[in-house]
Amino acid sequence: MAASPTPASGPGQDDRARGGRLRRTLLNWPVVRQLTGSDPLGRGSASVSERTAGLTARTETADRVVRSVCPYCAVGCGQRVYVKDEKVVQIEGDPDSPVSRGRLCPKGAASENLVNSPKRQTAVLYRRPGGTEWESLDVDVATDMIADRVVATRARTWQDTDEQGRRLNRTLGLAGLGGATLDNEENYLIKKLFTAIGAVQIENQARI
Amino acid sequence: MAECHPVGFQWVMEAKQRGATVIHVDPRYTRTSAVADLHVPLRAGSDIVFLGAIVNHILSTGAWFEEYVKAYTNAAVILREDFQDVDDLDGVFSGYDPETGTYDTSSWNYDGVGAQSSAGAGEEETLENSDRGAGGDSGESEQSEKQRGAGHELGGHGADMGLSGMHRDETLQHPRCVFQVLKRHYARYTPELVEQVCGVPPEQFAKVCEAVTANSGRERTTAWVYSVGWTHHTVGIQYIRGAAIIQLLLGNMGRPGGGIMALRGHASIQGSTDIPTLFNLLPGYLPMPTVDAHGTLPDYLATISSPDQKGFWTAADAYTVSLLKAWWGDAATAENDFCFDHLPRLTGDHGTYRTVMDMLEDTIEGYFVLGQNPAVGSAHGKMQRLALAHLDWLVVRDLNLIETATFWKDSPEIETGELRTEDIGTEVFFLPAATHVEKEGTFTQTHRMLQWRHKAVEPPGDCRSELQFFFELGRKIRERLAGSTLPRDRPVLDLTWDYPLDEHGEVSADAVLREINGYHLTGERAGRPLSSYTEMTADGATSGGCWIYTGVYADGVNQADRRKPGRDQHWVAPEWGWAWPANRRTLYNRASADPQGRPWSERKAYVWWDEEAGRWTGHDVPDFVADKAPSYRPEPGVGGPDGLAGDDPFVMQADGKGWLFAPTGLLDGPMPAHYEPQESPVSNPLYRQQANPTRQVFRREDNLQNPSGDEAGSEVYPYVFTTYRLTEHHTAGGMSRWLPYLAELQPEFFCEVSPELAAERGLEHLGWATITSARTAIEARVLVTDRVVPLRVGGRVIHQVGLPYHWGVGGDALVSGDAANDLFGVTLDANVHIQESKVASCDIRPGRRPTGPALLEHVDAHRRRAGVTILTGNEVRSGDPTSGGGAAAVAEVRAKEHTSDE
Amino acid sequence: MSDLLGPRDPASGAGWDDAPPRKGFFTDTSVCIGCKACEVACKEWNLVPADQAAGLSMLGSSYDNTGALGASTWRHVAFIEQPKRAGGQDLNLPLFPVGPSASDAVNRAADTAMTGDRSQLGTDTEAVDLGMPGFQLPGQRADRKDERPRTDFRWLMSSDVCKHCTHAACLDVCPTGALFRTEFGTVVVQDDICNGCGYCVPACPFGVIDRRVGDEQTRNVGIAQKCTLCYDRLGAGHTPACAQACPTESIQFGDVDELRERAAVRLATLHEAGVPEARLYGEDPEDGVGGAGAFFLLLDEPEVYGLPPDPVVTTRDLPSMWRTAATAAGALLAGAAVAFLGRRR
Repeated sequence: MAASPTPASGPGQDDRARGGRLRRTLLNWPVVRQLTGSDPLGRGSASVSERTAGLTARTETADRVVRSVCPYCAVGCGQRVYVKDEKVVQIEGDPDSPVSRGRLCPKGAASENLVNSPKRQTAVLYRRPGGTEWESLDVDVATDMIADRVVATRARTWQDTDEQGRRLNRTLGLAGLGGATLDNEENYLIKKLFTAIGAVQIENQARI
Repeated sequence: MAECHPVGFQWVMEAKQRGATVIHVDPRYTRTSAVADLHVPLRAGSDIVFLGAIVNHILSTGAWFEEYVKAYTNAAVILREDFQDVDDLDGVFSGYDPETGTYDTSSWNYDGVGAQSSAGAGEEETLENSDRGAGGDSGESEQSEKQRGAGHELGGHGADMGLSGMHRDETLQHPRCVFQVLKRHYARYTPELVEQVCGVPPEQFAKVCEAVTANSGRERTTAWVYSVGWTHHTVGIQYIRGAAIIQLLLGNMGRPGGGIMALRGHASIQGSTDIPTLFNLLPGYLPMPTVDAHGTLPDYLATISSPDQKGFWTAADAYTVSLLKAWWGDAATAENDFCFDHLPRLTGDHGTYRTVMDMLEDTIEGYFVLGQNPAVGSAHGKMQRLALAHLDWLVVRDLNLIETATFWKDSPEIETGELRTEDIGTEVFFLPAATHVEKEGTFTQTHRMLQWRHKAVEPPGDCRSELQFFFELGRKIRERLAGSTLPRDRPVLDLTWDYPLDEHGEVSADAVLREINGYHLTGERAGRPLSSYTEMTADGATSGGCWIYTGVYADGVNQADRRKPGRDQHWVAPEWGWAWPANRRTLYNRASADPQGRPWSERKAYVWWDEEAGRWTGHDVPDFVADKAPSYRPEPGVGGPDGLAGDDPFVMQADGKGWLFAPTGLLDGPMPAHYEPQESPVSNPLYRQQANPTRQVFRREDNLQNPSGDEAGSEVYPYVFTTYRLTEHHTAGGMSRWLPYLAELQPEFFCEVSPELAAERGLEHLGWATITSARTAIEARVLVTDRVVPLRVGGRVIHQVGLPYHWGVGGDALVSGDAANDLFGVTLDANVHIQESKVASCDIRPGRRPTGPALLEHVDAHRRRAGVTILTGNEVRSGDPTSGGGAAAVAEVRAKEHTSDE
Repeated sequence: MSDLLGPRDPASGAGWDDAPPRKGFFTDTSVCIGCKACEVACKEWNLVPADQAAGLSMLGSSYDNTGALGASTWRHVAFIEQPKRAGGQDLNLPLFPVGPSASDAVNRAADTAMTGDRSQLGTDTEAVDLGMPGFQLPGQRADRKDERPRTDFRWLMSSDVCKHCTHAACLDVCPTGALFRTEFGTVVVQDDICNGCGYCVPACPFGVIDRRVGDEQTRNVGIAQKCTLCYDRLGAGHTPACAQACPTESIQFGDVDELRERAAVRLATLHEAGVPEARLYGEDPEDGVGGAGAFFLLLDEPEVYGLPPDPVVTTRDLPSMWRTAATAAGALLAGAAVAFLGRRR
């Protein structure tokens, strides 16, 4: 379901074949080719290196192509994500999309950069109160600690009723902000969970 | 649009090549202006005058689309006798209470509607309607309504719109009919006023009027496109209302090539409003219950709609009960009001800015920040960062180590000495997030279309999706509360939280989307997905997490995953993704046909009545009851969808009509009236009331405001500044300043100034400038450019400074710089609590800003010179210093005394 | 030297029998919105690193912080602010309280920034006393009667790229065979052959090709680099990355013959629409490089965009260049033999 192979399309599909690939033989030695072929000046076919001859677009060698949507603005441009050896090797516009027709802006075109950025933080970090440096922390331990803090904060700050005895059923001790680049399904779980634990101060970029 | 939505702009370029006229109205000449037919620079914050003068032009030249206006708008409806316009009351509408800064909006309602119904007389026609009582009165005080930010959660906001007794004058001649009231209201909005307030020469303005009116009517349509340049104001809602009035008068709503399009700036910001992580909403624009109005489920439902109003809001009981069933499953029964009491109750404004101020008061212990960078992106960055230092614990989930995560070691306040790392007690968890290709799910784009993304790869290292994190968190919280007998833990333990997991142990987004869509719970279809919200029932027989999304899983198929290539279908492309509601691509498209159901013109045919088939048909899913004939007229007393007449295209409005005048739903006026921004070097020439009299002000020592207009001290901050995005960056930079390919394209924070301002202040191209407001001072490289044009406003030359807001001060990004949003204070729009962050006033000087404590002294020196106090700019009723939430203001001051110890 | 200049169909002249139609770009700058998607899409596909020559500082050349084409910039979007009127656009500037245009002075300052001497620009200024704000409302100063107002303004944007010349001097002078003519008629550097000699750099009449600078982590440092017209993508039947990304079809990819026709039609359309300043650049097979494989529709003189007005293949009449090439060919022979033997081992 996820990996629908994308047919190659566009101009020049068969052009490469017509241009003729060079086989890897001794005859491919450039000077031999230059002297024996139709490229006596050695500026074209005779100069092709073995590596060049073997050049293939990485969209062609990808293990799968996955349909996605750009994560930046709300135009919702279609993206095709090319995966090789479980790594994203290319993200480009999806020509099928009636919204974007395969085009992307500089941010959308930088999506692969976003995913594979060397600056990206992939480990949990923890800063203790008063601490001056980050420390590392196991991800499950971190989630446990956060759950403990939610439960404790909620208990400490719980409001059953207001001063007139009317039901409040909530906590004002914890808050949230964010969600405009999150999925609908994620926002749904966030709203559902926070509402169930009585946290009302849940906001996102749409307010800002 | 070319700047911030370049790929969407391809359609504008294509339209232009086919002959469309493209007009760009913006303080700056941008990449959009470069390819537009006309660029109109105007003063930031003056758009109500600009739009209002177009309305006046349309009305005074007879350019309005008469048949459309008479049939589809509320132009003919008679208003109450006690309604008074701003010109009668020195800048406020009737019902204003200067004590609270709020309106009693009852005098804005239709005559004869609501509790105080009065008899019709004379030539007025009485609309035959219900003999049932008027709709439920909300009983909610206007003050608390303002606090909650009422209005926007309900399209029609119809609870007090029981329509019995409404009167119309189809000739539009009655002096109190909407059309005549509108004409009188807008008479002052002349081209001369545009010149005086906006700084737009009449010649330039005339071209806009000419283009807009010449391209509207049966054969042609005009579309309006806006972004946060219209919403980030204390009068933001009224900007949009201004455009809505133009579009209704010209017949451009519900038609192809028409409408008013909000270009939203985040991949699923539409989705995060539909399924809201917003304090005042439940999914599908249902309100969060408040303590004073929503004691019981019937109380709650009575405030959403009245049974005799028209349209689809009358089924709010079915939407609400289905939501409660989705969340609390079998525990939700008719006997316990479907667990309605499991919902927490609001007591006022719990919006993000209010919350940040509560952090400063130490009432908030924990804070989750999810894919958001408030230390840079929110107004008044210093207040945001100082608030973070008051928390007990903070969870930041993001891709990169954004400034919000690292504030404790490298925020500007460390440098000024206001914060000391060792003294900050906040425990910070940074949890790395999954990118869009490392999880599956839907984004809802700006056109309400959901598109499913497949997962390409597993997230690296500790990275997790929000879905997985919150599922796990919920599981762990439930574990900790298991066995509890406390009533407060029932909502947590009753919660449906049993989602299927995949082979990696990850929760299935597909299952969540199915829950959102909803399904039948009983009968032979039990377990089958709902195909439409019209299948929802109020008896607990259906479940559904967001009624407007029902249909996204119709027929058990993920409709958001449809990807029929655009080239293989017609231009509306209905088989790509899925748009709410019911896969309609253009809302209110019944209006694309005339009252008899025929297209207004062949050229603009979109949806029409097929007499033979007895159905509406066309290029889109008709936004109407499919088999309701144009000639249909409801029986008296019928409400809901059945109450819609065959020519009531605005099916979510309580009266089925487009509102030229908003009788209910808004808190700051039934028609747009010009007010100056919270901070403006210009006085309001229309009346003494300077700024929006209902704006939400915060009188605090840490939220001082620049003097405005002819107030003493306004000359210290003589320039207007505005903020914006650049194509090369994204919002507060979390997804762009860490990427080499984007960082190098716009590496440094800069300000854009005209050559004239550069000469006036001695600013040097590529040199540094210091920009100062009553909050702080920031420095930026100077870009002197002809793209910024001075304006002559009220006989004075007004200079504007442009500031892109993508940079922040921190240690981890590839590029950093001062944050433009630090200059703003916090003043909010009353309807939706959105901050005014597209305009304020400032000073600008050549050179770098002082550093360390000297920066604070620099800012303070400006304030002293301007005579700034906490009352400055914060008198909601101009000329009356005692007005406006006095008690609340005192509380703010006290709070500040506490925080100023830091 | 006519042989060296080669025939009009560059691929068949370079030993490609049954070559496909020549491929190229037509860049219509009249619809460019300056978004720079081309710059990023190019880098992303071709693994071109961030441009360490340009660095992370602002150039002040309007919104251009890339500066010029180079080894790590294969697409470059120029932004030109001009006191001229854009076709079909009337800004009515005389009605605004404007003084003289700053464009010329600003452009000069930006030129200084690009040549690297920033000392005059005040960019390293330390914190200074900002002085006390005045009490006079600034906008109420003496009026500007004596000043000449701006009359018009326009903002031109244009995405530049390697021209893939019919007569490509870079190729002519390359002693190693690293630069070669592909079957698509384009000119491509082979990273595995180039030894970084740099002969090609001054040979290019457009200043396109350059040797890459960068730190140890950077790919292909020292090697001549430039646009390949996405040679690998063409082989797979795909559109080059820049053209595919371009939101407004300012960058169009296709068969050069067809693109020339398209350009002529577009030019005529613009002339009819009251944009007489529109002109084509590089499409003429009779020009000094035998016509470019990548040509442009411009709205002003080429110099305005940083393009040479009359580019000439630098190898046109330089027999000495041939001698150099011959010498280099000898070196190639020896070098290639070593390389070949090395591979066999």
